[in-house]
Amino acid sequence: MSTTVFPAGADDVADAIGTRRELVRDSARRSLARRRYWGRFAIALCVVAVAVSLAPLVALVAYTTSRGIRAVSWSFLTHAPTPPGIPGGGISNAIVGSLIIVGLAVAMAVPVGTMCALFLVERRGRLAGALRFAADVLTGVPSIALGIFAYAVLIGPGSLIGHFSGLAGSFALAVLMLPIVIRASESAMRSVPRDLWEAGLALGVRRSRVVRSVVLRGALPGLVTGNLLAVARAVGETAPLFVTILGASLVVTNPLQPMNALPYTIYSLATQPTSAAQQIAWGTAFVLLVLVLALSVVARFVSARLNRQAR
Amino acid sequence: MTIDITTTRGMSSGTGPEHKSSGAAANATAAVSLRDVNVSFGKHRVVRDVTLDLVRNRVTALVGPSGCGKTTILRAINRLHDDTGGKVTGQVLVGDLDVYARDTQPELVRSRVGMVFQRPNPFPTMSIFGNVVAGLRLNGVRSKSVLREAAEAALHHAALWDLVKDRLDSPAVKLSGGQQQRLCIARALAVEPEVLLMDEPCSSLDPIATAKIEELITHLATDVTIGLVTHNMFQATRVSDYTAVFLLGDDRATGELVEYGTTKTIFNSPRDPRTKAYVSGEVG
Repeated sequence: MSTTVFPAGADDVADAIGTRRELVRDSARRSLARRRYWGRFAIALCVVAVAVSLAPLVALVAYTTSRGIRAVSWSFLTHAPTPPGIPGGGISNAIVGSLIIVGLAVAMAVPVGTMCALFLVERRGRLAGALRFAADVLTGVPSIALGIFAYAVLIGPGSLIGHFSGLAGSFALAVLMLPIVIRASESAMRSVPRDLWEAGLALGVRRSRVVRSVVLRGALPGLVTGNLLAVARAVGETAPLFVTILGASLVVTNPLQPMNALPYTIYSLATQPTSAAQQIAWGTAFVLLVLVLALSVVARFVSARLNRQAR
Repeated sequence: MTIDITTTRGMSSGTGPEHKSSGAAANATAAVSLRDVNVSFGKHRVVRDVTLDLVRNRVTALVGPSGCGKTTILRAINRLHDDTGGKVTGQVLVGDLDVYARDTQPELVRSRVGMVFQRPNPFPTMSIFGNVVAGLRLNGVRSKSVLREAAEAALHHAALWDLVKDRLDSPAVKLSGGQQQRLCIARALAVEPEVLLMDEPCSSLDPIATAKIEELITHLATDVTIGLVTHNMFQATRVSDYTAVFLLGDDRATGELVEYGTTKTIFNSPRDPRTKAYVSGEVG
């Protein structure tokens, strides 16, 4: 290793630089072993953390699959439950109920949530701040509280509908989804560069048109992902449904009537003492798991596709 | 023996290496030597067969149009392609250190080769002082007096000391763009690198700040070897001793070193017709 790069007789400044250069090199060399050691240690910690967080997920999916897959068949998916004691029967009532309840919740939450997000992106001010804060607070509200809220507004004495119904469940789930939709959509819209927004305005395009063609179009991949994840969350939510939909053993398509839903079925059957009921509960849990997984995969796929188109 | 002037394999003009008399051997004057360096990303070869020396304590400008591999070559010198998936072949020497040898640790290369980027990038969470000594601290220097002394020297070097000496603890991002860039230069210098790589350091600065950085570059070259990527040919003529011209090769996809020589030669009497066309502003 060359000791100094300066020829003999160089001035003091050069000497000082040479000395310090040696010092830094030396220190770098000496500390490198320690830094590498800690670097490897940190990577090992990361691997452990990943394993620890993946293990429950893998275990959960594996166990649910192994217990539930036996119960699942075509007739399990397409038939309504049989009365207790009679073998066979399926969960078509819960599947149809879940689809209708969540579908209606989406119809309520997504338009409202998207508009709120647009407002948050467009305006900065007191109202926007309050809205954002409210959305954050709403995220933290326990889901059972949302169910009770829906009960009070739609079901209880002196309320709008006055009896248990799928619609009340939808309403509770919509309130639950709202903050997720708002925050996911807001961050998706914020990822659209401000420049594009201004480029649109500078062409003499109207604001509403810029919003549609530039902001919403640009944010579309993120909007789709955010909304589908909110749906995945709502599909599996149980607590708000306890106090709103009551349950039904037949296929009900009128949302103003009491309905059944997948998580509700799991809860009510899993707490039954018979192994037949518990077997159906495992099967239902498996179906729900697959549904949520499918939604997540679709969300990723659609957003990747939209992203590709945008490029 | 070629000293100042190296030619590339890619040269098609047919002229042999230019000879320039000098007493020293090549290794004594080259702080950085690249031999047949290729950089590719996936299947795309970005720049090919570059053989080039950065002469010790001189400024070498890498000029050429966008996308012809100047920055890619610069980043190959301190192994910045390690983390971006770029594959480098050929040999790079910094002093006597073989940069891509199997047992060479990239951290040690980078403690000898500083870098300044296009946009000023002081660490936003650190004070001015914290920024300047960041490299030292990360390299294990703990002594307060050494840090203090090195920071002062580096800030002097970067012509920033008088401006910031009374507010070393204020956040670095409060400085103006030009000052931030000088802070980044000080940060790179504090580690006392023998080589300083500068990737279009003035491209985001106004003319006055640019003039200051350029003045700084010429001063720094008494202690440090500088590799300067610039797309501004006037800047190359103002600050550099040597110029390397990069252009896209015949396939229009891979950059190559077309001509290298003293800045004077390159701009006054280039040998390669492509260089001539480029520096006279006909193409590029």
